[in-house]
Amino acid sequence: MSSVRAEFPIFSRTSRGKPLTYLDSGATTQKPQVVIDAELGFYEGWNANIHRGVYEFSERATMAYDGTRDTVAEFLGGVRADEIVFVRGTTEAINLVAHSYLKPKMTPGATVLVTEMEHHANIIPWQLVGATLKAIPVTDAGELDLQAAERMLGEGPLLLAVTHVSNTLGTINPIAELAAMAKRHGVPVLVDGAQAVGHFPVDLTTLGVDFYCFSGHKLFGPTGVGVLWGRHELLEAMPPFQGGGDMIDRVTFERSTFAASPQRFEAGTPNIAGVIGLDAAIRWLSAQDRPALERLDAELLAAGYEMLEQVPGLRFIARPASQVGVLTFTMDGAHPHDIASILDSEGVCIRAGHHCTQPLHARFGVPASARASFGPYTTEQDLLTLTRGLLKVRELFG
Amino acid sequence: MATMDEMYQTLIIEHDRSPRNFKALEAPTHHAEGRNPLCGDEVSLDLRLDADGRIAEVGFQGQGCAVSKASASMMTTAIQGKTVDEAMALFDSFHAMLTGKTADKEILGKLKAFEGLAVYPMRVKCATMAWHVLKESLGASRES
Ligand SMILES: Cc1ncc(COP(=O)(O)O)c(C=O)c1O
Repeated sequence: MSSVRAEFPIFSRTSRGKPLTYLDSGATTQKPQVVIDAELGFYEGWNANIHRGVYEFSERATMAYDGTRDTVAEFLGGVRADEIVFVRGTTEAINLVAHSYLKPKMTPGATVLVTEMEHHANIIPWQLVGATLKAIPVTDAGELDLQAAERMLGEGPLLLAVTHVSNTLGTINPIAELAAMAKRHGVPVLVDGAQAVGHFPVDLTTLGVDFYCFSGHKLFGPTGVGVLWGRHELLEAMPPFQGGGDMIDRVTFERSTFAASPQRFEAGTPNIAGVIGLDAAIRWLSAQDRPALERLDAELLAAGYEMLEQVPGLRFIARPASQVGVLTFTMDGAHPHDIASILDSEGVCIRAGHHCTQPLHARFGVPASARASFGPYTTEQDLLTLTRGLLKVRELFG
Repeated sequence: MATMDEMYQTLIIEHDRSPRNFKALEAPTHHAEGRNPLCGDEVSLDLRLDADGRIAEVGFQGQGCAVSKASASMMTTAIQGKTVDEAMALFDSFHAMLTGKTADKEILGKLKAFEGLAVYPMRVKCATMAWHVLKESLGASRES
């Protein structure tokens, strides 16, 4: 057992009576003990609301909550702490930008440029504020067509909204290159980093983008907490997303004024325990040997491709040149849900369906696929168990 | 009770490979279609009721997982010759069995083979989809 894996208590459990083979980190990652302890410790030891009390626990909670902005800012390459907005997750971050940044700029027929590989969370929020979507095509290899991107950026979109890493194919998109292109065309850029931040370091001081967002739960942290980073001058110019406590400057029945960002975007009591857990998760990840984790991910991916290639009738949706540890495939004669159910009976957890990327599945002409996605605790044994399960599927479905 | 594995081995794969009544009807008296937006499964159902109100002929088509296909296939044989009320009673028992409620298992016959699915709630929807479409095609009020 690798030392990283030993820090995740869930791996001592069984699933359907079999040792747990967890290959669904793309959906959510497992949590190391330090994250569990951080949340538990807060509730057991010093639970209080923030920004409201002068007593010890409230002060401590407030310090921990706001202090996490520093942890996140450093994690993202050393951006300003007041550019970190706590949200519920990637989905809420994108909805916030759609509502507070894009909507005031909307004119009839205005477009947002997305890509064919976007998660529904980076599609629907733009549609909800009335934007027309155009999508940068994906090649057969599962990569963005950069020539098309250049041309489409020249067609005057209000925003480029693109994922850093595809949750379905694992593709790592060339964000710095796209951002430079967008800059030449004067188009601001939002990046969905949900699948990126847990896999490799991200430096927002050099990436050249305007908004970046991610979810805590895909980063070894709790669910219900995430981050929106935005350039200070953009955030400062944006109206609030939701109204309520904690986001105000002065309130009267005639008119209210609002706090500066990031507080302006954090109405109501936030997920305090979640933010404290996120702080622990980021500290945990930052303390790991990240180049070693990236090498491990690449080695397992190569091994996984090799093993799965031996399964008759298995086809990968695409095989991008640069990708994180994700294997996405279909099998002749076996529906992804059946594949997942048969694997489940072996204790193997994978995702089956469209993974919230229906347009991408339509692009590849399949209604659904099966996806095995890795985390830093994934082992070669997991991949062997997966392969054995898939051979059993093959045997059953003939 | 059969595990998922055993259900696949004994029942599901058999019907997936050679589904019964997998066809469109020439002159259906009733028709409905259903879709599970979560997994993209689709089923289209044709029925012909005779003068006595019995289900004289059934045909289904669609695409989806083996569980949904097997369940649709078994449904078509189970409801053949039944009245609308009898078919709905069958659905009620089938649904009750899969959602862990007390069910009249006697009337279920071969459909009892799906009993083990009750512990896999995510797959219950696959097994009940064709039945929901049946209900809709017969114009019965929707519930559950
Ligand atoms: C690429 C991508 N974007 C957005 C999301 C949405 O994240 P969340 O559900 O945490 O808001 C996900 C997670 O499924 C994702 O993989």
